[in-house]
Amino acid sequence: MNFGTVIQSGIKEIGAHWFRSLLTMFGVICGVASLVTMAAFVKGKENLLRESLAETGGLEKITVESEDDLPDYQKHLEGEARGVTLKDVYALQNGAPMVHDITPSINKSRYRGYLRVSRKGRGARPWMLQGTWPSALEIQEHEIEHGRMFTMMDDLLANNVCVIGTEIRNSLFDEVDDQGETIIPIGERILINYVPFTIVGMFREYMSDEDRKKKEAAKAAGAAEETRSRRNMFSRGADSNTRRTQYIYYQKNNAIMVPLNTLVAKLDSSYETGSVLDRKLSEITMKIDDVSLLSPSLQQVRNVLMRTHKGLEDFEFETQEEFADDITLAIHNERVSGMFIAGICLLIGGIGIINIMLSSISERVREIGIRKSVGATTMDVFTQILIESVVLAVAGGLAGLAISPILVNTLAGLADDTTPPIMTTQAMLIAFGFSALIGSFAGLFPAIKAAKLDPIQALRYD
Amino acid sequence: MALLELRDIHKTYHLGGETIRALDGVSLDIDSGEFISIIGPSGSGKSTLMHILGCLDSPTSGTLRLDDTMIHDASSRQLASIRNKKIGFVFQFFNLLPKLTVRQNVELPMIYSGLSGKERRERAITALRRVNMEDRSKHRPSQLSGGQQQRTAIARALVNDPRIIFADEPTGNLDSHTGELILEMFDQLHNEGRTVMLVTHDPEIAAVTPRRIEIRDGKIANEADPTLAGNTPRFEQITNGEAKATT
Repeated sequence: MNFGTVIQSGIKEIGAHWFRSLLTMFGVICGVASLVTMAAFVKGKENLLRESLAETGGLEKITVESEDDLPDYQKHLEGEARGVTLKDVYALQNGAPMVHDITPSINKSRYRGYLRVSRKGRGARPWMLQGTWPSALEIQEHEIEHGRMFTMMDDLLANNVCVIGTEIRNSLFDEVDDQGETIIPIGERILINYVPFTIVGMFREYMSDEDRKKKEAAKAAGAAEETRSRRNMFSRGADSNTRRTQYIYYQKNNAIMVPLNTLVAKLDSSYETGSVLDRKLSEITMKIDDVSLLSPSLQQVRNVLMRTHKGLEDFEFETQEEFADDITLAIHNERVSGMFIAGICLLIGGIGIINIMLSSISERVREIGIRKSVGATTMDVFTQILIESVVLAVAGGLAGLAISPILVNTLAGLADDTTPPIMTTQAMLIAFGFSALIGSFAGLFPAIKAAKLDPIQALRYD
Repeated sequence: MALLELRDIHKTYHLGGETIRALDGVSLDIDSGEFISIIGPSGSGKSTLMHILGCLDSPTSGTLRLDDTMIHDASSRQLASIRNKKIGFVFQFFNLLPKLTVRQNVELPMIYSGLSGKERRERAITALRRVNMEDRSKHRPSQLSGGQQQRTAIARALVNDPRIIFADEPTGNLDSHTGELILEMFDQLHNEGRTVMLVTHDPEIAAVTPRRIEIRDGKIANEADPTLAGNTPRFEQITNGEAKATT
């Protein structure tokens, strides 16, 4: 028997009971649509998270922080613990060839201690004031859009220069002037803890690609609208992962960087005296050359530090691996729960198909008898019923694919703060493949039942 | 060599511990071009015989040959192929598929013999012309009268040019006038050289065929052959016992 004819008759059979078929297909439609939608949202989230991982320095970044809590067997040496110092930085530069861009920094957060940034009666609330070296630019994936980064010479001379994020500019100056031109405050004076500083550079504005698009669209519509929406993006983030991502952009936009020596000499009057090399740092950040060599690189850094610290474990490592693992885990969890729902839909769809095919063949016992009496083999009948069921499921699958963009856009529109969904062909192919698979599984039992019918009994059947 | 050759065919059913002998040693030869009726009251086994002859059912024991194929030990696939190519059925209740048009119904056997769409259409139209149903080819069975439906069924039976046509009570569901027309059509088919077998309980219908075989209690009770001994009924020569002795 010819395949095309069977498919044709399968389609005709569906058309003959189109309403019943539609109801039957509903489960498959839901399953396929939810699978594609779920995949689109998870993919969108994954991209955003990976983006933010890259924004914070990627997997290559290692941070060494001072650790006040010594291991138990070293508790009695607590008085000796100095944490990480500039001495470590120089030691690492010489002794740890597997890492580069070793950057010391002292961070002053607005939550700890006194930090006030002001200009002509206007204040800003920086996320963090960082005294560091120019290599911080690379380590923290910062980009200077206007002006320049301070140099090692600025550090050496402890010049009063700073580089700011765009949010600081917005607080101290405004984003745009009366003419609607973007304000570039290079060369302006601001006060940090009442010490005058000259702005030498400003970072670009950090935001997700999606926000950037929104902003551009808003710019076309009018600037006022845009400012509000940007303010909102942090305050009512939809879920923890989105918030986390938005948080990273928020932090980067609210940063101020000054040279390390400037911070120590001009801003930190309470700073201890003594050798420059013994200065306690907040952290040392560096990049490893090869991500696959993360643990040997960590070991190398550890070996150097254990020597400079004379065996005192008053430091700890922080890698981005945890963040990466978090991302993988979060994506995995969402995928599993989404698949579970879609799987249940498809299962119900499959059961619906089995049900309708069984009732269809019991309606058509006589037809099957007639077909057998004019020469249909067992295989012919089997194929016919199986193909009808596959056609039913595949039609449902196609309908599901057709409505999934609508579903995705509607859902994304309902909650405009969620991560933007990304529909992938791969997900669509998988969902469609599943629908075909469900169809053939669901058709198996009814097809066997139909094929086994005795032609004489079937012909007698009323 | 006979077209159809039955030797000592037995068919038993088991219904709830009770054994029913539907056919109890039937031996029969049918030559090509014959017009035969099988007659018997309901429950006599005539339908079972027709089903076995028509390859819809297989005998419990005995041998059955159609042309040069031994049917009693053919696989279900071979049987389907024989039903498709060598046998045409006409049923009491027409058994047309209600969703298909007249032409599609006639095309049905050819779908299973793997003919192309174009050839199917041409041959279906030819067969419909043969039964004067050409102008109704786009109608559905429900739009036709009983006689027209039966003519469609005959066209379907003819379309693969079978070696033998079985008609099971073909007039049973028709008024007597239409019934006569249908019987005339079978007579014409016989005159064209086709082998036709009618199965009926009605002696009047059986009277139109030159050869009549009467079945009673699963055995051939009586065979009337007008070509022999001046149309006087005589007992079937090949009885149960003799058949066993000869095979």
